[in-house]
Amino acid sequence: MSRLNVNKTYKIFIGGKFPRTESGRYYSLKDKKDNFLANMCLSSRKDFRNAVVAARKAFEPWSAATALNRGQILYRLAEMLEGRKDQFTAEIHAMGSSEARARKEVEASIDRLVYYAGWSDKYQQIFSAVNPVATPHFNFSAPEPTGVVSIIAPEEHGLLGLISALAPVIVGGNTAVLLASESQPLSSISFAEIVHTSDVPAGVVNILTGSKTELLDHMASHMDVNAIIYCGNEDKEIQMIGELASENMKRTVFYRKTDWFTETAQSPYFINKTQEIKTTWHPVKI
Amino acid sequence: MDVTDNQDVFTSSWEYAEAPESQDHIQIEKRYGLFIDGKFEEPLSKKYFQTANPANDKLLSEVAEASEADVDKAVKAARNAFKKWSGLPAKERGKYIFRIARLIQERARELAVIESLDGGKPIRESRDIDIPLAANHFFYYAGWADKLDYAFPGRKVKPLGVAGQIIPWNFPLLMAAWKLAPALATGNTVVLKPAETTPLTAMKLAEIIRDSELPPGVVNIVTGAGETGASLVRHPDIDKIAFTGSTAVGKFIQKAISGTSKKLTLELGGKGANIIFEDAALDQAVEGIVDAIFFNQGHVCCAGSRLFVQESVADLVIAKLKSRLNSLFVGNPLDKNTDIGAINSKKQLETIKKYIDIGKSEGGQVYQPECNLPEHGNWCPPTLFLNVSQSHRIVQEEIFGPVLTVQTFRTIDEVIEKANNSPYGLSAGVWTDKGSKIFHLTKKLKAGVIWANTYNKFDATSPFGGYKESGFGREGGLHGLKPYIKFE
Amino acid sequence: MIPNLNNLSPYDTLGVLERVDRFCKRSIKKSSKVEGLKLALSMIDLTTLEGKDTPGKVKQLCYKAIHPHDKLESLPKVAAVCVYPTYVGLAKKELKGSGILVASVATAFPSGQSSLKTKLSDTRYAVDEGADEIDMVISRGEFLAGNYEFVFDEIASIKEACGNAHLKVILETGELDTLDNVRKASELAMHAGADFIKTSTGKIQPAATLSVTYVMLDAIKDYYLKTGKMIGMKPAGGISNSKIALQYLVMLNEVLGEKWMNKNYFRFGASSLANDILMQLVKAETGHYQSSNYFSKD
Repeated sequence: MSRLNVNKTYKIFIGGKFPRTESGRYYSLKDKKDNFLANMCLSSRKDFRNAVVAARKAFEPWSAATALNRGQILYRLAEMLEGRKDQFTAEIHAMGSSEARARKEVEASIDRLVYYAGWSDKYQQIFSAVNPVATPHFNFSAPEPTGVVSIIAPEEHGLLGLISALAPVIVGGNTAVLLASESQPLSSISFAEIVHTSDVPAGVVNILTGSKTELLDHMASHMDVNAIIYCGNEDKEIQMIGELASENMKRTVFYRKTDWFTETAQSPYFINKTQEIKTTWHPVKI
Repeated sequence: MDVTDNQDVFTSSWEYAEAPESQDHIQIEKRYGLFIDGKFEEPLSKKYFQTANPANDKLLSEVAEASEADVDKAVKAARNAFKKWSGLPAKERGKYIFRIARLIQERARELAVIESLDGGKPIRESRDIDIPLAANHFFYYAGWADKLDYAFPGRKVKPLGVAGQIIPWNFPLLMAAWKLAPALATGNTVVLKPAETTPLTAMKLAEIIRDSELPPGVVNIVTGAGETGASLVRHPDIDKIAFTGSTAVGKFIQKAISGTSKKLTLELGGKGANIIFEDAALDQAVEGIVDAIFFNQGHVCCAGSRLFVQESVADLVIAKLKSRLNSLFVGNPLDKNTDIGAINSKKQLETIKKYIDIGKSEGGQVYQPECNLPEHGNWCPPTLFLNVSQSHRIVQEEIFGPVLTVQTFRTIDEVIEKANNSPYGLSAGVWTDKGSKIFHLTKKLKAGVIWANTYNKFDATSPFGGYKESGFGREGGLHGLKPYIKFE
Repeated sequence: MIPNLNNLSPYDTLGVLERVDRFCKRSIKKSSKVEGLKLALSMIDLTTLEGKDTPGKVKQLCYKAIHPHDKLESLPKVAAVCVYPTYVGLAKKELKGSGILVASVATAFPSGQSSLKTKLSDTRYAVDEGADEIDMVISRGEFLAGNYEFVFDEIASIKEACGNAHLKVILETGELDTLDNVRKASELAMHAGADFIKTSTGKIQPAATLSVTYVMLDAIKDYYLKTGKMIGMKPAGGISNSKIALQYLVMLNEVLGEKWMNKNYFRFGASSLANDILMQLVKAETGHYQSSNYFSKD
């Protein structure tokens, strides 16, 4: 008899730990041939709420970490992902991509992490300014992270899409609660394991799996979330997000028709979307 | 009892036992060749020179002496590698440089020990400052490789080609990082000449570069002395020269390349003014004075070697300073408790001694704490010169050693004038608790780097370079990319 | 006379942290380490200050104070035992003839939120019971409200009530917010008659830190230069292991020097430190890392 695999249980990732959904619910993930792949947690609004608490707690220390530190951590994520390239390729392949395409997606994901790691201590230099005001003051404007960010990951490209939405948010000092692709969720939880082993402080990244329709309302309306990033093209959903976000002036970011494999899918301007500009004045006259 | 009296009642009693850093894990070859085209090779010159430990005069290794023919070989290798290197997708270039950064981190302790053995600086400094900064410099510039479109608004850029880089002996590995990282990130290839008294960490860096699988010829390292450097500067197929060293040699280089199309950046000497106002956090200011001039034995181009202290607090500050000097340990660089290490070479020690004699003959009042200096090696205790003024030679000329001149001042305008009254303009320090005074001073001082309420702070993201005869061009930060590119 | 608090040189926090970091980088090895460990042990005020303290607990602590680890020869004894006023009498009895002092907290420890009358009564009670030292707390609320005269007068009154007992003044640096405030409070305490200035009650975070200790040592230094009087210093809380204790001693050594390097002018307010020192001493002797199972926990 050939050896039996020990199948992985795919739990969610909150506050640096892997709990099951507090609701105990699941949905079944099948491959293209309708074979059983895994049971995914059907996360509840309470899971989301707990994740926001964890993300809020982690925000202050993460935003206070040096840019160098954040960059090194993102680079470490790339190292860890590179080391487990085969595992991720196999997972994406199991969910329906060809093996070649799966490998390409993983490599693109690794390089994207390296790309944003490299921005950690540079975006400030291109987005800040010393302002030559007309009075004797030293005046400078510099970006600061917004806070806790909800992210609805793209439905397609469960790994590359997730990383492309997440990396610019956290490299800029924000913390995130991310809802994974409903149809391609396996990579997201395996990626949570990568986050767990890369010196990312607990609560900086929180990953839930579940139903977008169920959770979208809470992700857009939670009063302690400062920004929401939506990857998708559903007008109704975008409308709803806009309306709910206005309650506490969440910053809204929509990635509608992004081809995550192209170079246009990465940019320092994506980092800027979850930054606030602070301007400070100080007299120069003695 | 006067605060200025007798800070010596606070002498310590508890002596620390020797705490030598372990050396048994490091590897130094008996002999190193030149690093050309991705491998170590015998020099065409067939000549080698020795490098010794300045703390005990013991021989460490032999390195190759590159002749003009060797330099030519290296430049050819760099030129050959240039097309492919600059043609690589930028993000792949970046990943090579990230690898180098990581390898430096992995081998950090060995590099720190060798840096201290070869150059004389305390292990505490090489371990905690030199090596981490070097790794971070590669890390920072690795990230720029595929982002140059954002670095120059409205312009696309290209590399210059082959860069010839000559570095000094005071921060050997760090200076190599400062030169190599931005050059490589922007797509250039390099021929690097380390200083002749400190070639070893450059040789270890060559090993790291080889291990990183950087394409052969992208970085070439040719060891040698002044002649090797001159060959490099003169070579017709070099597009860019970057030099860090003395102002005298910098001027010589600028003259030598005039009429050619070679680009040049220079990072030269300095005579930094360190200014203490009466409303400064005085205790921390004293610590800042010590860091400014005794860090790395004062072998620092941006050292705060001219102290200006406001007259109303001068007696107090000088008393505290003398007391602080008494608690600095001068000794074996490999001892973790050493504060001040060995002077890098006999030649440099002679220069320093010469200036101390000049200072004495000029009527300056010397203060040196009692130090048990080791028998062998090159040593100089921390030295203060009081009662000196702008007209004294030791206040005007760069000594490049642990010697601090002390002047008083009365008003803000006076100290600004005196601080700027120098052909140099590399650095300055301002100590005051008042914000507007800080900004006023930073605006008026003619120096490329100004530290307020701190000193000798360096970061890969922070541009460094001088005004006037301290050189031109900036290293570090966004501005550090400019010297290695041209606009399309 | 209340000192002038307006002409003090300010402190730069980052500069202080960097100086402190230099002390932490000292490498204390071999004989100098053993010397330091023994010195640290002799400077400990072995402390129990819990709501659930009982006579039994205090008795056991006193025995530990006298017999930290009988297997090691020529170990110094701790400097003092520190308890609530109700246990001073018992502690005096248990420690009789040992040379170990009895320190008592007083003045509505730890909050200090009470009337002067209560605080004086608290102090006198402890002194009458035989306390050699009184550890008082300053009124942090009054201090932060700028009522420096109040704080000064209160310390002076308590000093008077101490009689022959030595007064340690707890600044509760964790509530004072800035290093400049720590310096101001130190000045008030020293001028008002403190024999020792102490960082913390140990009941809130942060307790002692190297930074606040540095500022307090600096204050003591300047006070000595001005008046010729030596004041002692006691960091308390958070000094849980030998490594940290040695860092404090390095700092003491290099800031104040020989005259302060003894239990008459420096104490550690600690409870678990003693056993860690003992483990380190045994390790120095045997070369083997130790387990806490082999050292009595009292």
